[in-house]
Amino acid sequence: MKCRVCRAPAAIDIRRHNAAFCRDHFLHHCEEQVRRAIDTHRMFEPSDRVLVAVSGGKDSLALWDMLTHAGYQADGLYLGLGIDEYSDTSLQYTRAYATDHRLTLREIDLRDDYGYRVPEAAAATRRAPCGACGLSKRHLFNSAAIEHGYDVVATGHNLDDEAAVLLGNVLRWDVGYLGRQQPVLPEAPGFVRKVKPLVRLSERETAAYCVLRGIEYQVEECPMADGNRHLGYKEILNAIEARSPGTKAAFLFGFVERGHARFAADAAGERDELGACEVCGAPTTGAVCAFCRLRQQVSVKIGARPTSGA
Amino acid sequence: MTVDALLRNLELNPESVLVIVGDELVTHDIRLGNDAQIEIRPVISGGAA
Repeated sequence: MKCRVCRAPAAIDIRRHNAAFCRDHFLHHCEEQVRRAIDTHRMFEPSDRVLVAVSGGKDSLALWDMLTHAGYQADGLYLGLGIDEYSDTSLQYTRAYATDHRLTLREIDLRDDYGYRVPEAAAATRRAPCGACGLSKRHLFNSAAIEHGYDVVATGHNLDDEAAVLLGNVLRWDVGYLGRQQPVLPEAPGFVRKVKPLVRLSERETAAYCVLRGIEYQVEECPMADGNRHLGYKEILNAIEARSPGTKAAFLFGFVERGHARFAADAAGERDELGACEVCGAPTTGAVCAFCRLRQQVSVKIGARPTSGA
Repeated sequence: MTVDALLRNLELNPESVLVIVGDELVTHDIRLGNDAQIEIRPVISGGAA
C-alpha cells in the first residue's frame, strides 16, 4: 500500500478512512484529528493550563505527546492504583516519558496518600475493580486540578472507549449517562472542565502513533479489567467494524452530533442539586461524597487510615 | 503469506492488533518472509472508568 498523501510505502492502513499513510503523514493525521476535536468542541485555548491524566498506557502518553507538540501547557498526573507489578511498570513508563521530554509530572499514590489499593477497595466495597478505580480517578483528577489551579483535565479516552460506553448506555437506555456523554463535560462549581481530545482516533491509531513516535508504553492489559463488560462491548463493535468499516465512528459521531441533544434534559440540573461533602468538601448529592464513603468502607475492612481531607 | 492472511489464520480481528515486523509497522497487504520476526501487538485496553 502507498501513502495517500505522498505515495511512499505506507506504515499503516485505516480501513474506516479507506486510506493508508506513511509514518510522517500518519502522525500528521493523528495531530489533525486531535486539533479538530479540540476546536470543534472548544475544549481549551492555548492560554489554558491542562492537566493530562497519564497512566503509562498508549492513549494517555500519545495524548500528552500530541498536546505538548502542539504547544499546549500540559502537565501530567499519574495515579498509583496499587495493582502490584502492573502499577509499578505503568509508573516506570510514565516517569521515563516525562523525564525524556522534560515535562512536569505530578504523582498521587492511593496506598501512600489515601491508605488503600484498588484491589482492596474493590473487595471491601464489593464493587467491580473498574468501578472502585474509576471512582477514585474521577475524584482525585478533579481535586488535584482544582488544588493546583488547572483549567481543564484531559483524559485519553479514544473513539473505541467512547463507542463502547455509548453501546452500554444504549443497551440499558441509561438516559442520564446518555445526557452526559459528550467529548467535553463543562466546568461547574466544584468541578473542572473534562475533555477527551482523542475521541476522533481509534485505539489502533493511538497505539500506532506511539510505535511510530518511539514512545514506549505499558502494552499489557490491566489484570483487573480482564473479562469486564466494557471490553466485551469493544469486541462486539470491532466484529461489526471488520464487516462494515466506519460503523464505530458513525455510531459515536452520529450520537454526538444528532442524538445527544435528545437526552440532554435527562442530565440537566444534576449538578445544580449538589451540596458539599462534609468530609472533603467535594460536590455530592449526599452528606458524604462517594469517594469518602469508599475510603470509610475500606478503613473499616482493612484498617486503612481514617478519612481525612482530600 | 500476507499480514491479512496471517491474522485470518489466527482468527484475530485486524482492528484489534498492530503487526510489527522487526522494528517496522506494516500494512495488511505486506507479504511476510519465512524468517521474519513478527510481533502481533494487541491494542484493546481499558476498564470501565
